[in-house]
This record gives sequence, structure tokens and C-alpha cells, in this order.
Amino acid sequence: MAYSEKVIDHYTNPRNVGTLNKDNKNVGTGLVGAPECGDVMRLQIEVNDDNVITDAKFKTFGCGSAIASSSLATEWLKGKSIDEALAIDNMDLVEELALPPVKIHCSVLAEDAIKSAINDYRVKNGLEALELPKSHH
Amino acid sequence: MELPIYLDNNATTPLDPRVLEAMLPYFTNKFGNAASRNHAFGWVAEEGVDYAREQVAKLIGCTEKEIIFTSGATEADNLAIKGVFEMYADKGNHIITATTEHKAVLDTCKHLEKQGAKVTYLNVKEDGLIDLAELEAAMTPETILVTIMYGNNEIGVIQPIKEISAIAHKHGALFFTDATQAVGKIPVDVNADGIDLMAFSAHKMYGPKGVGALYVRRKNPRVKVTSQMDGGGHERGMRSGTLNVPGIVGLGKACELCRLEMDEEAKRLSGLRDKLESALTVLEESYVNGNVQHRLPHVANISFKYVEGEGLMMAMKDLAVSSGSACTSASLEPSYVLKSLGLSDDLAHSSIRFGLGRFTTEEEVDYAIENTKKAVNHLRDLSPLWEMFKEGIDLSKIEWAEH
Repeated sequence: MAYSEKVIDHYTNPRNVGTLNKDNKNVGTGLVGAPECGDVMRLQIEVNDDNVITDAKFKTFGCGSAIASSSLATEWLKGKSIDEALAIDNMDLVEELALPPVKIHCSVLAEDAIKSAINDYRVKNGLEALELPKSHH
Repeated sequence: MELPIYLDNNATTPLDPRVLEAMLPYFTNKFGNAASRNHAFGWVAEEGVDYAREQVAKLIGCTEKEIIFTSGATEADNLAIKGVFEMYADKGNHIITATTEHKAVLDTCKHLEKQGAKVTYLNVKEDGLIDLAELEAAMTPETILVTIMYGNNEIGVIQPIKEISAIAHKHGALFFTDATQAVGKIPVDVNADGIDLMAFSAHKMYGPKGVGALYVRRKNPRVKVTSQMDGGGHERGMRSGTLNVPGIVGLGKACELCRLEMDEEAKRLSGLRDKLESALTVLEESYVNGNVQHRLPHVANISFKYVEGEGLMMAMKDLAVSSGSACTSASLEPSYVLKSLGLSDDLAHSSIRFGLGRFTTEEEVDYAIENTKKAVNHLRDLSPLWEMFKEGIDLSKIEWAEH
């Protein structure tokens, strides 16, 4: 199975690799997946007072599609409001990266990572965690 | 040096040009059916097959009459196990095998379980070898067959074949071995090893795909298998179907070359393998899988912790290797062989198999070392697990969201 050009591009030149200080109040961290399953994503967002995501970073343990999904997600997150970020759907990632059916779970994981980072940010700032629909991998 | 570099010789090997040369006439002017007894076209084809049978027999120390040509090792595995089960049904219905066998053996055993066979699946030790005491304990008066592979396709460990066959025989059972990865790579002698039936394949030893053989012992004891395909009664009635003459000629030539070049080749390959392995295990948190004393000369299976195998292979884009990672299989389960060694799932996901071969050069191995090191470091820079490990976080204490 050949990878799409976009997957190869994100894999070879991943955007926004790195770590934000998870102890900062304006940083939300999402850590999803499990080593046993072969993929773990950590996605972080930095949010300003206007609820806009000013920075996003990721690190991913997983296959090329998982790395590309999280790299693309960080690119999309920057400059978006929290509400806009919540609207990102895994199928948008699938479409943009032309992921084959067997790799759809990578995009689901990336969507989970976004939502989990947002919830972490909300809880840190005294807001209620959003009820997230349990995704099916 | 040409890229990409082929280091997946356990999956298949390139055809040796000398083998191709031997095969070519049998596609064109020597096209006869080896079963045509009444004209020269048939005789010429039959001569080719007879000569190949001698070449094959010589490599494994048997007589020509003990070789049954098949379409490959999978068919030979099926014929041996199903054929013995049916032929010796009066004697018993118990078969012993191991969890690290090839699917062609495991799935055949599972198939027979539905038809009344009792199958014992022996676990292996951490190094991939079976425990002989466990085998001995599993033997019953109903045991008709012990089937244990010679060399493992994923990790290359060599089972104690002589000891296994002695235990099987002591209890009156036959011993069958899938020797697909071993024949042609290391000395295999069916008499010295006490083998009653043995499967192997041409395309793992620089011969063509689509042809293999089953060795069936004719003396001490005389072994018989029930044929699994009805037809013209070829191969002493055990495998019907017009013989694949060019393929068989290729298998014969491949066996001859292996016999003549094996000693030198094994030394050269184990030297290259050791070089590769010692250079890569310099990387932190990298582990060689399987017993390192008893193993085939050309295989190295290494886990690079905190990176995922498929992601890693993508970074090793100039190298053709394979991984025990789930992402490379249709089932999304990591390698059952590595899991049988007691490897945790995350280490199984992180494994890469390097399979060297006759045409692998030292220059290619040097390139592979550098390419792999770079890839591992690149992936670790991206890995949250590596970062956590470096910060001293115990990953086993984290509550992961299983998905």
C-alpha cells in the first residue's frame, strides 16, 4: 500500500513537533492511544485570553498515517477558536490526507487528541469537561 | 550500489541467474509432460525431473524416491499433516505443535481439530525454543505426529531437532518439520536429524516461486501420507497433478548451489548479520529477539523501543525489511511469534526483521546501519514515549486509553 503524497510530506517534514509546558494554565494537553495498540499521540494547545489557539505542538508514536494526522491537526488548530477546533472532524483529516480505510483509526485518534487537549485546558481554567462521544476504533 | 536495498530474504529470495539458466530450456524446446512415457518430449522432461530429484535428495541426505514435489511449502505442510492424520487415524488422533509455527502449520492443525484431532500447542521459552521436558510431558499413546519447525521465519531460532525427533520416536510418533527457512541455509540431514517428513520451498533458496517439496521417509520407518488431491496419481500417488518441470529443475539447481556454497555463505552472512546487529544495538533501548546461539546465519530481529515499526520502516525508505508491527498486518495484531516469546505488545510493535541473503553486500549492510540509526533517532524525536522515558516516567504506571 503506497502512502499519499500528503502523508509522506507530513511524515518527512512534520509540522509543530515539540512540547509545551503542560503545567502552564493556558496549555491544554491530550495524550491518547496506548503503546500496546501501536499508537500514542500527545497533542498540546496554547490558548490566549480570547479563546484562540495561538500555538499547537505534537509528538506521536505510531505509523506514518498517525504521525501525518497529528501533524496536520496541529497545523489546522493554530489560529482557530476553541469552538472551531471542536468542530474538526476526523473525516476532514481522512479526506485531506487521502487515508485508506485501514488507517481511519489514525484520524480518529487525532480528533480524540484535539478534544482531550481542549478538555484539559477547560478543566485547568475552572470549566466543566465536555462530554465526549466515545469513539470507536 | 542500487537503492532500495533488499533485506527481506526470509519473505522470498531473488532467483539466482544460474538457476534461471537451468530452467529456461524447460519452458521452450523441452516443454514435454514428464508423465508422457511414449515419446522423446516426455523422456526429456522426465530426465530433467529425475536429475532435479537427485540434486534435492543430495542436499538433505535422502534418496530420490523420498522426494514429493509440490507447489511450495504450504502445500507440503498441508499434505504432511493432513496426510498423516488420515493415514494413521487407527493409531491415534493427537498432534503436537508449537505456538510459533508458520500459519500453514497452525491453520492446518486448527482445520484438523474440527475433524476430531486433538492438538497440543507448546509454548516456547523467552528465547523462542521449545522446552523439551514439556514436549515429553505432552506425548500420549494417541500422539501420531510431532510437528515443529526447523528454523523460525521471524526470529531465525533453530529448534533442537535431533532431541525433538528422539522424543517423538521414543513414544512411537512421527516427526515432521517445516524446514522452509533452514534447508539450503544450514546443513540439514534427514537421517542425522531423525526427520520422517520435511517441507521446504524453492523461493527461499534462490529458486523460483511456486515449487517446493515434501520429504517422506521410506525406510525405518516407511512413512505414508494420504494424498490430498485426486488425479493422475503422480509422485507415487501422493500428489497428483502434472509436474511443474521448469520449477522442479529450478529447485534442483537451487539445491545444488546451496549444497556447494552453503559453508562459505553461512560464514559470510553471519559475519554481516553480527556487524549489523552490534552496530544497531549500540542504540539505547534496542533488543535482539530470540536465542542468539541457536539461529540461522542470515536473520536479525531487533526491537527499537518507543518507536513503532511501520512508522520506522517508512523512514527506512531505501531498505526493504519487515516488521512485527500490527500496522503491517491485515489483522492489526502484532506478531504472534514475538508475543509467544513473552514480548510485550509495544516491543512487538517496535520490531524490525532484517533478512540478509546471497546477494547482500557489505556496502549494503553499512548503508542499512546508517539508514536505520537515522530513522530510529528521527522517530524517537517524534515519540512522546521516548520523551517520557527520558524524563524517567514509568510508562507502565500510566493509565492508557485502550482503543
